[in-house]
Amino acid sequence: MSKVEIIEEGKGQLVGFRDPDENRRWVLDNKSRTPEDKRMSAQEAVSKFIKPGDYIASGGFGHVRVSMAIIYEIIRQKKQSLIMAGKTAVHDIDLLVAAGCVDKVEVAYSFGHELRGLSNASRRAVQTGKCKVVSEISNAGYQWRFLAGMMGIPFIPSRILLGTDTFKKSSTKIINCPFTNKPLTLIPSCNPDVGIIHVHRCDKYGNAQIDGALIEDFELSHASRRLIVTTEKVTPHRKTRLKPWRTSIPFYYVDAVVEVPYGSHPCQMPMEYFFDEDHISEWLRLSKTDAGVKEYLEKYIYSVNSFDQYLRLIGGQRKLNRLKKMEMTTGWKAEAK
Amino acid sequence: MPKKTVNYNQVELMASVAAKLLEDNKSVLVGTGLPVLAAMLAQQSNAPNILIMYEAGGVGSQASVVPVSVGESRTFYHGIAASSMHDVMSALQGGFVDYGFLGAAQIDMYGNINTTVIGDYDTPKVRLPGSGGANDAGSLCFKTIILMKQDIKRFVKKLDFLTTPGYLTGPGAREKAGLPKNTGPYRVISQLGVYGFDSDTKKMMLLSTHPNVSIEEIKENCSFELTIPVNVETSEEPTDQELKILRQIDPMKIVIGK
Repeated sequence: MSKVEIIEEGKGQLVGFRDPDENRRWVLDNKSRTPEDKRMSAQEAVSKFIKPGDYIASGGFGHVRVSMAIIYEIIRQKKQSLIMAGKTAVHDIDLLVAAGCVDKVEVAYSFGHELRGLSNASRRAVQTGKCKVVSEISNAGYQWRFLAGMMGIPFIPSRILLGTDTFKKSSTKIINCPFTNKPLTLIPSCNPDVGIIHVHRCDKYGNAQIDGALIEDFELSHASRRLIVTTEKVTPHRKTRLKPWRTSIPFYYVDAVVEVPYGSHPCQMPMEYFFDEDHISEWLRLSKTDAGVKEYLEKYIYSVNSFDQYLRLIGGQRKLNRLKKMEMTTGWKAEAK
Repeated sequence: MPKKTVNYNQVELMASVAAKLLEDNKSVLVGTGLPVLAAMLAQQSNAPNILIMYEAGGVGSQASVVPVSVGESRTFYHGIAASSMHDVMSALQGGFVDYGFLGAAQIDMYGNINTTVIGDYDTPKVRLPGSGGANDAGSLCFKTIILMKQDIKRFVKKLDFLTTPGYLTGPGAREKAGLPKNTGPYRVISQLGVYGFDSDTKKMMLLSTHPNVSIEEIKENCSFELTIPVNVETSEEPTDQELKILRQIDPMKIVIGK
């Protein structure tokens, strides 16, 4: 068996990485094993847990199950110099970059809105140098950064990125495998300073349930140092204990529980409400110019004090009922019973 | 020969050509847009047991309408699992995924693709979204099928950025880089024709031209030297039944276009 050697190193900046021993120490000092009532407002959660320069990661995928309530609050509090995980980050990162909160991104998929086209505002920010891409990775790569992070190990080996420029701009390293002697990519772990996740239901301690695909939120939530959970509904703790197998995120990972019905709007909440295409289009249209970005942020975020007020602005209960009905047309509600 | 009236658009033609490539009882990783359309058409026509997988965790969806996002609820509607990215990406790396669909902004003759930047990396002319799951699919699926628009700026001699591996620099390069054996690009489908890869040189080779497209037109829209065999077929047109299914799958014409 040959000696393990580094064959090549990616030149991307390593962000969100912690020495596992340092992270264990941090967890020991900062993460309580006591069940405590962690309910608080979005305003309180953001001011308490998000600091300038933090590395943040937002859950969900694309326009699906995103904690927009927290994204808006970060913008409202004008947090700055944040580094963000571009892990198929779409609407969330576009707004945060446009508002000047995020100026560094590690990219798997960003600056696009999937089928809806490219992100005008954040793309402009990258092309003019206002926002910097510090490194590249793939979706599986990001996902596995969080997996290694939650496992308390410094890296996870994989067979992706090999032979490409994506590798060269990544923070990964290629070695020859000690078992097969074939080239192997080592993906460094990631423990974000703050993870932000929207869930279907959660008790006051933070035991959270997610319906539908977990995407990478299981790993992301477990790897994050601070975790803000927003929930459609706070449910009684006894309900957690009736179906413990439904818990995707146990309370000891959670730092804040924020109850925000429709908190993912204009993104989809699977089996609850559909994408608000009108609102997303309004953003895509306005974000074509800097003046439009300003107009949008002023109208929907800066001059708004609460998420309820925002919901009234986007069309109120009538609009929300329509989005609920659209999501139900997939037939989920009828058959779940 | 009298020219038949064309009752389909380029997207419908490409979806129909792609769907026919999928064999029944195989698995396919799809992204939003044309790939979903093709996979869903296959599911409702030539490959009823095709296992459709989405990287966010949806497996085996039987939705009747195209999902607009890779993570949304239709990706697991009447599926067999709504799991996670770790689960699906591990299946990919473990060898459970036969086909993978990819889109691209640029492709070279070895099927390497770019979805990251146009222009210089540090001062990009256009910043594109990046790999997403493309590098994963292109590294790990047994057969990748690339669906993209063709012109001289897209079929290029040299990529501005190599996001996802095709055959890299030629025969043996994937294995040498450490990528799994027997993987790589299988077909490229553009609005002009269908391409494969020569088994010896791993260079892109014309397989069929779409109806009413000449070989000259194919060459004019390609910046690298394309292998053109003696026998080049004409791609099959979508049948009326296929067009009916496609329009049912995408009633709002979000992928097909208006």
